Amino acid sequence: MFLIPDPVVRFFHRMASPPHFYALTERLMPWLVVIFLLLTAAGLYGGLYLAPSDYQQGDSYRIIYIHVPSAWMSLFIYVVMAVAGAIGLVWRIKLAEIVAISSAPVGASFTFIALVTGSLWGKPMWGTWWVWDARLTSELILLFLYLGVIGLYGAIDDKRTASRAVAILALVGVVNIPIIHYSVEWWNTLHQGPTVTKMDKPSIHVSMLIPLLLMALSFKFYYLIALLQRARTELLLRERNAQWVKNMISEAK
Amino acid sequence: MLIGLMVLGAGLATAFALKSFNENLMYFFSTTDVVEGKAPKDTLFRLGGMVIKGSVERPNDGMTVRFKLTDFSKDVTVEYTGILPDLFREGQGIVAHGKLNEQGVFIAEEVLAKHDENYMPPEVKDSLKKQPASVEGSKSSVTIGE
Repeated sequence: MFLIPDPVVRFFHRMASPPHFYALTERLMPWLVVIFLLLTAAGLYGGLYLAPSDYQQGDSYRIIYIHVPSAWMSLFIYVVMAVAGAIGLVWRIKLAEIVAISSAPVGASFTFIALVTGSLWGKPMWGTWWVWDARLTSELILLFLYLGVIGLYGAIDDKRTASRAVAILALVGVVNIPIIHYSVEWWNTLHQGPTVTKMDKPSIHVSMLIPLLLMALSFKFYYLIALLQRARTELLLRERNAQWVKNMISEAK
Repeated sequence: MLIGLMVLGAGLATAFALKSFNENLMYFFSTTDVVEGKAPKDTLFRLGGMVIKGSVERPNDGMTVRFKLTDFSKDVTVEYTGILPDLFREGQGIVAHGKLNEQGVFIAEEVLAKHDENYMPPEVKDSLKKQPASVEGSKSSVTIGE
């Protein structure tokens, strides 16, 4: 509290207030959508048209522009979900609980996309749709963790209790995140080692790297849009008896 | 406090599980393991290595392929009957699933190509080839983060 400047503290306090969050995200949404569309257009044009084909895999490698950003997002969203869950658990902030549970379906979708595109890529390159190596198996476990979070939340009627249970499950599952990332270094896997996220300089040509990073950024914005939309719906559902929701409805009439 | 204990417990459980599953998680054995007799006898296992340049031959002109695998220290001869993946070529890393026969030849039932983490346009690859000891040597130095 002593190190954080006052306006920042005030910003977070206001963001934690449901009516303020609802109004702000409504004004923010068109901008986010525009940025997302521009980034996706630039990333896809760069990746599918401008980037050269690979010396070994030809044009097949271009699935990297979906596969790798999805896989990154599957890990990133899980960490966001666990951190938001922990904040909700400790400080009982309603919005943190909502961010945690709203992240789960988005993260599960990205995990699913990463698994499916990886499978489609594996068949022509490796010669198989699926192998039980450490990278593929740990990513599949991540999908089950996401589904577990969604299922557990749906199984408990009291949503505040459900959020606490989900936060604990998400926190326990965090052990899987470093396992996924380092699986290709700790064990002999069919999946190759990291290309971009390593200490060395990336072993991908810069003309192929730029569209990849654009796609990664565009996926981040997609997550933000999907997360905010889900959070707004969840918020309305939970606060349906609150005065600010009633005011908003009567104003709309 | 309770949560901290739970996370700690889950961490420990995972650590033990990983330790005991370590051999299963090792997706393949190296050729040195096979030559030194560390690989299982009479059961199926996976063998990984690089196809030695110039070692690929088709003895009966049919579907059977014979080639030598190496991990840059010991070699193992592999025999395979069937369709090879697109990325199979000399100098490429592969993983074969099968077992050893009495002569120490690995009879593969399945051959998978393992591609590396390098992506570049063909022109760059060609220009790298002209400078010796660059990408060609990188296959053996895949260990990252030293």
